Amino acid sequence: MARINSPDDLERIRQEIRSRRDPNEPCVSICVGAGCLASGAGEVLSAFEAEIEKQGLKAEVDTKGTGCPGFCERGPVVVIYPEEICYLQVKPEDVPEIVSQTLEEKKLVDRLLYVDPSTGEKATHEYDIPFYKNQERIIIGSNIKIDPKSIDDYLAIGGYSALAKALLQMTSDQVLEEVKKSNLRGRGGGGFPAGRKWEGSRNAPEPIKYVIVNADEGDPGAFMDRALLEGNPHSILEGLTIGAYAVGSHEGYIYVRQEYPLAVENVTIAIKQAEEYGLLGKDILGSGFDFVVKVHKGAGAFVCGESTALMTALEGRAGEPRPKYIRSNVVGLWGRPSVLNNVETWANVPLIINNGADWFTQFGTDGSKGTKIFSLVGKINNTGLVEVPMGGTLRHIIYQIGGGIPGGKKFKAVQTGGPSGGCLPEELLDLPVGFDELTKAGSMMGSGGMIVMDEDTCMVDVARYFLNFLTDESCGKCVPCREGIRQMLKTLTNITQGKGREGDIELLEQLAEVAGEASLCALGKSAPNPFLSTLKYFRDEYEAHIKEKRCPALSCKELIAFHIDPEKCRACTICDRKCPSDAIKGGKSLIHIIDQEKCTKCGTCFEVCPPRYDAVRKISGEPVPPPIPEEARTIVRKRKQK
Amino acid sequence: MSEILLRIDGIEVKAKEGMTVLDAARSAGISIPTLCHHEKLEPYGACRLCLVELDMRGWTRLVVSCLYPVAKDLVVTTRSEKIDRIRKTILELLLAHAPDAFDLQELAQEYGADRDRFEKEASFCIHCGLCVRYCAEVKKKHAVGFVNRGASREISFIPEVAAQECWNCKECFPLCPTEALQAAYVLTEALLSPHLHSQSSQTR
Repeated sequence: MARINSPDDLERIRQEIRSRRDPNEPCVSICVGAGCLASGAGEVLSAFEAEIEKQGLKAEVDTKGTGCPGFCERGPVVVIYPEEICYLQVKPEDVPEIVSQTLEEKKLVDRLLYVDPSTGEKATHEYDIPFYKNQERIIIGSNIKIDPKSIDDYLAIGGYSALAKALLQMTSDQVLEEVKKSNLRGRGGGGFPAGRKWEGSRNAPEPIKYVIVNADEGDPGAFMDRALLEGNPHSILEGLTIGAYAVGSHEGYIYVRQEYPLAVENVTIAIKQAEEYGLLGKDILGSGFDFVVKVHKGAGAFVCGESTALMTALEGRAGEPRPKYIRSNVVGLWGRPSVLNNVETWANVPLIINNGADWFTQFGTDGSKGTKIFSLVGKINNTGLVEVPMGGTLRHIIYQIGGGIPGGKKFKAVQTGGPSGGCLPEELLDLPVGFDELTKAGSMMGSGGMIVMDEDTCMVDVARYFLNFLTDESCGKCVPCREGIRQMLKTLTNITQGKGREGDIELLEQLAEVAGEASLCALGKSAPNPFLSTLKYFRDEYEAHIKEKRCPALSCKELIAFHIDPEKCRACTICDRKCPSDAIKGGKSLIHIIDQEKCTKCGTCFEVCPPRYDAVRKISGEPVPPPIPEEARTIVRKRKQK
Repeated sequence: MSEILLRIDGIEVKAKEGMTVLDAARSAGISIPTLCHHEKLEPYGACRLCLVELDMRGWTRLVVSCLYPVAKDLVVTTRSEKIDRIRKTILELLLAHAPDAFDLQELAQEYGADRDRFEKEASFCIHCGLCVRYCAEVKKKHAVGFVNRGASREISFIPEVAAQECWNCKECFPLCPTEALQAAYVLTEALLSPHLHSQSSQTR
C-alpha cells in the first residue's frame, strides 16, 4: 500500500479503486456480522465461493462478506448485485440453485424472497421490504456496501473524505463549531451534547488530551455498537480522528469488550490499514496533524460502560467509577482531559462534516437531532437493528418496522434504555422517541436497546430480572448501589414468590430514592428505573402479587398452578406422556388430572395440549378446583354418525 | 493560596482552594458524619453518609462533601429532611451487616435508624475500604484488597504479601469502623490456609 500524502492523493486512489470495479459485475454479498455468522453465514459464503468456482464463474462473479444490515431475524442475508436481489435465511444447500438460477439465468429463487405476512406479496429488493423501507439508514446503511476488512471498500464509498475536509479545509475551531451546531448528542446513554463535551476538553489547559471510543456495550439485548464496529470500523476511526483534531488530541483509545472478538479483529485490521495508508499516524494527509489509536479489550463488566469506570479500567485498575464533580473531559484518563463518546456517536461525525450540520439537523426533533439505531428484540416479529430519525413513535418502530408481536399476542410494554431504562406501556406507544421524551416518561434512550414484551410478561418479574442483573454488575464500591439494590432485589424476589407484604412497595420506593439520589455513578442512580417505571405504569400488578398472591400475567411460578379442565380434556394422553415429573394422572379414555404436589410448573402440559382441546389452563390467585372424582373420569365417546 | 468564602448551614466559612466541603465544614466545627473518610487517605466517596445539599440558584443538588471541592459562594446545607432520611436508610442497610458496630450504633441513634429493618446478613464488613486504602496509600504494601464485585464484594488479604508484611504492622486493625477484630479475622483466615483461601476466592 502506498502512503496517501494529500487530499488529492486520496481522491486519486479512490478513483483508481473505483475504476477497477465494474458496477455492473455480478457480486454476491453476504452479511458476516456476528448474528448471521451464528446462523451459518460463514458456510454460505464458502458454499458460494465453491459453487462459483465449480461453475467456472469466478472471473465474472465476485463474492463479498459484508457488515450487518440489521435484519438479524432472517439471517443469513444475501444480496446479489447489480440487481440488488435480496434472499433471506439462505442455507448452504440453497447456493447451487441461486448460482444456476439467479446468477446464470437471471431468474429469481422465489422461496428465498421476503414475503409480507399481511399481504402475502413478495419483495425482491431490500428496499421493498417494510423492515427496511420504514427506516432512515444514514449510518448502518453503509454496512452492507463494504467488506469491513477492506479499507479500499470504505474508500470506494467515499470514506475518509470527511477527514480530508476537516484537516485541510477547516480549522479545528470550525470542526468543533459544526459539531456543536449539529447538536449531536451522545448515543451511549446520557445524551450529553458531544460538541460541548469536546469544547470542554479543548479548552482545558492540560496539553495532552485523549479521545476514546466507548465500545463496552453491555446492555442485555443491545448490539448496535457491535454491528457498527464489526461492520464499518473505518467510519469510527474517521470520526474519532476528526474529533481528535477538533479537541487537539493526538492519542485515542478504543475500549471494546472482549466478548466482541469480531469487532476487536475488524477494528484492529482497520487501524493497521489506516496506518499503512497514512490515514492514522504522523502528518495525516500532509496536514501536519498526528494521531494514533490503540485498542483496549475490556474484561466484560457492565459498569465499565460508565465513563469514569472505563477510564479507570483503561489505566489498568479495577473498573470502578469515581465521582464526576470535575468532568472527565477536563480531568479524565491519567488525570488528563478525555473525550469519551460511544461508537454510534463517533459514526455520526464524518456524516456531519461531509454534509454539514444543516443536513444533519433535518432529521429528528428539536432536542434530539439525527437518527438513532435501536436493537429491537424480545416479543417482536422482526428482531434486528433499526435506524430511524429521532422523534419517530414507538408504534412506528414496533409495528411498521418490527412487524408487531408474534403469535397473535397482545403488546404489553417496551423496555427502552437497557437495565437503567424503564418499561413503557401501550398508552405511550405514540410517544416520539427522543432523549428528553423518554426520560420524561420515566425511561431513557440509553444506548438504544428496545425489548418488546407481550401479555405473558410479568412486569414485577421484569423489574426483578433487571435488578438481579445490576446486583451482579454493580462494582460494589458505594453503599446505596451495592446494598440498596441488593435489598430491592430481595423484596422484589419475595413479591414474585408470593411472599410480598404490605409496605413492600413503600420500602422499595424508599430504597429507590436512596439508590437514585445517593449513588456514586449512573449505574446506581438509574438502577431503580426498572422498578419505578413498572410501578408507575403497572402498579396493579404489584398490588395483585402482594395482596392477592396473584400474578396477572400468569408467569410467576410460585403464584400459578396448572389445571386440566375436565370439560375440555379428551384424554389424548399427550400431556401425560410429556410431563417430565410424572405429575399427570392419565389413562385411556380417562380425564387427565394434574397432581399439584408433584407438579413443578414447567408448563409442558400447557404447551403440548392440542389447541383444538385447549384443556390445560393456568390459574393464579384462586384455589385449584379439586380433582374430579374417579368415577366421573371416564369419557363416553360418541361415535360419529354417518 | 486564595481564600474562598462559602456558606455552610447559614454560617460563613473561610476555606482554601483545594479543600473539600467536608474539610471546610469540619474546620468551622460543623460536623458531618463519615464512615469511609480518613484524613491520611485520598477521599473515596463510598459510604455516601457525608452527602449534603447544594443550593444551585433555586434547585438543590445532592453531593458527597468528602469529594466536592469548595467554590466561591457555595451554599451548603448539611442536614435536611431528605438528607436525614437517606442517611437513616444507609445506616440501616449497613446495620444488616454489622449490627453491633459502635460507630454505626451511635449514628443510628442520631438518625433514628432501626438496626432490625433489614434481615441480618452478618458479613461484619461494611466495605469502607479503610484497611485496603491505608495499606495501599500509606504503607504501600497492597497486602489487603477487594475481591469480587457488586453484592459479593469482600476484603481479602493476599497471603503471599500478608505473610511477609502484616506481622509487624497491623495498623489497619484499629481503623475498622465495625469491629477491630474484623481485619484480624480475615488476615488470620488468609494466613492459616493460604492455599484454601485463594482457591475459595477463585471459585466463588
